[in-house]
Amino acid sequence: MSLVQVTDLSVEFGDLRAVDGLSFRLEQGAALALVGESGSGKSTVASALLGLHRGTGARVGGSIEVAGTDVQQASDDELRRLRGAKAAMVFQDPLSSLDPYYAIGDQIAEVYRVHTRVSRRAARARAVEVLDRVGIPDAQRRSRSRPHEFSGGMRQRALIAMALACEPELLIADEPTTALDVTVQAQILDLLHTLREETGMGLLLVTHDVGVAAESVDEVLVMRHGRVVEHGPVAEVLDAPTKPYTRDLLAAVPRVDVRRTAPGAVSEAGARDGGGAMPEASTEGAKSVSSGHGGAVSPGVAPGDAATVSAGASPRGARAGSSGASAEGAEDVLSGGVAAACPGVASGGGGVGSSGGSAEGAEDVLSGGVAAVSPGVASGGGGAGSSGGSADRPEAASPATVTENARGVTSGASGDFVLEAAGLRREFGRGKRALAAVDGVSLALRRGETLGIVGESGSGKTTLGRMLVGLLEPTAGEVRYEGHARVGVNPAVQMVFQDPVSSLNPRRSVGESIADPLRARGERDENRIRGRVTELLERVGLEGAHYDRYPHEFSGGQRQRVGIARALAADPRVIVCDEPVSALDVTTQAQVVALLGELQRELGLALVFVAHDLAVVRQVSDRVAVMRRGRIVESGPADEVYDNPQDPYTKQLLAAVPALDPQVAARRRAARRELAAA
Amino acid sequence: MSGFAGFALRRAMGAVLTLLVISVIIYVVFYATPGNVAQITCGPRCSPEQVHQVAQQLKLDDPLYLRYWHFLEGILVGQDYSTGTSVAHCSAPCLGQSYQSDQQVTQIILTKLPVSLSLVVGAMVLWLLMGVGTGVLSAWRRGRFSERALTGLTLAGVATPVFVIGLVLMIVICGQLELLPFPEYVSFTDDPEQWAWSLLLPWFTLALNEAAYFARLTRASMLETLAEDHIRTFRAYGVGERSLVGRHALRGALAPIIALNANDFGSAVGGAVLIETLFGLPGIGQELVHAVNVVDLPVVVGMVLVIGFFVVLANAVADVLYAVADRRVVLT
Repeated sequence: MSLVQVTDLSVEFGDLRAVDGLSFRLEQGAALALVGESGSGKSTVASALLGLHRGTGARVGGSIEVAGTDVQQASDDELRRLRGAKAAMVFQDPLSSLDPYYAIGDQIAEVYRVHTRVSRRAARARAVEVLDRVGIPDAQRRSRSRPHEFSGGMRQRALIAMALACEPELLIADEPTTALDVTVQAQILDLLHTLREETGMGLLLVTHDVGVAAESVDEVLVMRHGRVVEHGPVAEVLDAPTKPYTRDLLAAVPRVDVRRTAPGAVSEAGARDGGGAMPEASTEGAKSVSSGHGGAVSPGVAPGDAATVSAGASPRGARAGSSGASAEGAEDVLSGGVAAACPGVASGGGGVGSSGGSAEGAEDVLSGGVAAVSPGVASGGGGAGSSGGSADRPEAASPATVTENARGVTSGASGDFVLEAAGLRREFGRGKRALAAVDGVSLALRRGETLGIVGESGSGKTTLGRMLVGLLEPTAGEVRYEGHARVGVNPAVQMVFQDPVSSLNPRRSVGESIADPLRARGERDENRIRGRVTELLERVGLEGAHYDRYPHEFSGGQRQRVGIARALAADPRVIVCDEPVSALDVTTQAQVVALLGELQRELGLALVFVAHDLAVVRQVSDRVAVMRRGRIVESGPADEVYDNPQDPYTKQLLAAVPALDPQVAARRRAARRELAAA
Repeated sequence: MSGFAGFALRRAMGAVLTLLVISVIIYVVFYATPGNVAQITCGPRCSPEQVHQVAQQLKLDDPLYLRYWHFLEGILVGQDYSTGTSVAHCSAPCLGQSYQSDQQVTQIILTKLPVSLSLVVGAMVLWLLMGVGTGVLSAWRRGRFSERALTGLTLAGVATPVFVIGLVLMIVICGQLELLPFPEYVSFTDDPEQWAWSLLLPWFTLALNEAAYFARLTRASMLETLAEDHIRTFRAYGVGERSLVGRHALRGALAPIIALNANDFGSAVGGAVLIETLFGLPGIGQELVHAVNVVDLPVVVGMVLVIGFFVVLANAVADVLYAVADRRVVLT
């Protein structure tokens, strides 16, 4: 007998048919993933398996049999005996899924006591046992903690512990890792894998992330609009999808191990129309940047990255920061490193983030290193972010001088940075409780390029982004635009926010929202405003007639387009995108990313792309900076960072990204185990 | 527990500051307003000389800030004052002396306060039991007939003025059914049993109205909590509806209940005038209204300060309870 047997399942909410004629089986101990985009009905199916639609007004048709219980026909008591005891569910958001008022151990014990008639004491002991089982350190003590005292990953472990308490035959995991950082996600997926190996329970995984499915299951069922699109063994479906939708879905998934296919193509803009498309950029600058990208245009070839080429043919120096190499006539735009810009000898002693070294006539635009432009030997040991302690670090480090120097030596180096950050630091809280969210970050952004900033939650990437646009005042350090220090909001640097739902005023039409920057600039002519907004709406792929519509009438992707249109309204040179696609489905994600690339090419925009998703960042960025705990631990041309990471943290991040190929996933899992054991 | 001590200290200092501000406002409002206090105090038949004498005796000719200073001094160290014929001492905390009688304000308050506290504390117990109970019941039976009936009832409770409730109760229970004698206040120290009987009707009158508010609040916040994700978790683990409502949802509804209770308790101490008048309870509210009518300013100021003290105290207690109810709250 199958563990789960669903036949012709349909679920209707009012007029909406969320699930439509779905059938599948799951054998004892097997693992199946329901994969689909939002609105595909996958979570509705998961809830139906436990009869959670009962009493909600949803109409459920067809038959559902789970662990020998006919969910449709079962009495309320029979259902309660199924829930938790035979089939347990793990939810997406582990914070809101646990009761904030009770200790974790008590919550698990409560569930355990519902299904077993044991004493409170025994139930509490069982709670500690399962908490220990899922890898909560010091489970006895931590079982008395409340959910808010746990980290996201620990909470998800606790939720899994609750699921394990009654030794269910089936575990239903509804987006169990979506709210988690990638390294934590890998840990949780590994935990689920191990538990399944040991207990032999079946797994029904609901996820939007094909990579997560590839990591965890034997079979996948691709859903769309409540129906099955494709169903089969995971390797087959992912390797050779037979249905167009599956193919599209897979094609839209950003790959972390594939080089960027469509280059940021500043080159095209420069080549095609040096003056028109980039009116404010000097032609020279544009060209030099474009030449830096020459290689990228040729298909599938490793692009000669911008930093290397523009530095005047000194490939050695490009990654001086992390390799600690000496460089001649080099420039290291990003990262804690030292680079020499004139023909002296520079030796950069570059530990990650704590670079120190001596440099002659060097330039270090980014991050806590030492920059000496004066023609002596500069030696300095820079603790990370503490921008060096060299006596020779004079005003010479000011951008103009640096740029000039760099130009002088490395002829043709673009050197024209549109946006720079020097020693940025931001603290929250006061006195002893002060916490530096960003702790000494320096970076520079060239015209028309895309700088990706990746980091997990709490790395300070959003704080950094907000300081770059002037929404937050730095505690120390400064932001320079076109070489001049800026305080406050700068219309030329705009932001696209993460959550397109909450970043648009629901009570104002989208046209009005887009018009805000125009009005802020003093535009009063309503016809002109309307004309410009219509133009912007069309520019981002919406219709001019959408002016009078309200945010709730749009889908997530469309709302993000509105957000982009609003950012464009101020004619920015730079757009800082803070997790612009993290709330979107992969196919929508791909469209929005494509739109950003298109706009960048046509308008010569420089982009700072802040995101937690390593794959997305790779697919959009020319250069990448990896952030951790407020500092940049590694940076450089995207392909170099991804293909040959130097910092252990970067390696760890990359190892945690779920692979689309189940075999690769298995290998990575093994590698992670080794890494953990070591 | 240094965190708690720090909290208590900061909170106490805040309370003192609040009371100071209240006293300044009260002082300015009452003493700086036009009207001849000496004339009113002396009575309509006083001659100008007598009025002048009274004014001198009450130090009404001193500048306002000086009088305020003496007032503060009295609270901290006590003060001496003339009764016309002799000099009496009023020990700290001295809130001054009534213009109307020779009684000290502190004394007046001490005789009235037990009555008010008896009324409010008893009523509070009742309104919490009835209000929260009704709220929990209607959250549990949500969508059914019994819930709608309860909700309708609470709406009626909110809409009916207290004096109507009180009058009806009194007429029906004491007049028609003769279950209870018409209430006449008996002090707790005299006879605890009679005290409770005498307060039964006032308690219910005050509590019925309040309970309606609490029932509605409890129901609303419980329904809100019931819609949260963690309730779904426990439902998906087979936890029964009774436990979901009584254990998980109620816990989430506690915070707003605590907050509302603090407010209502504090204001009822001085604000239950209608009930005190209706049932002839010699409490703070009644005395305050009387003092305002006869412009007995020291009494007014003293009473307002005492009421303010209870409001501040109730809110401080609420903050502590908040932190106990929800461990995520950090007391600062």
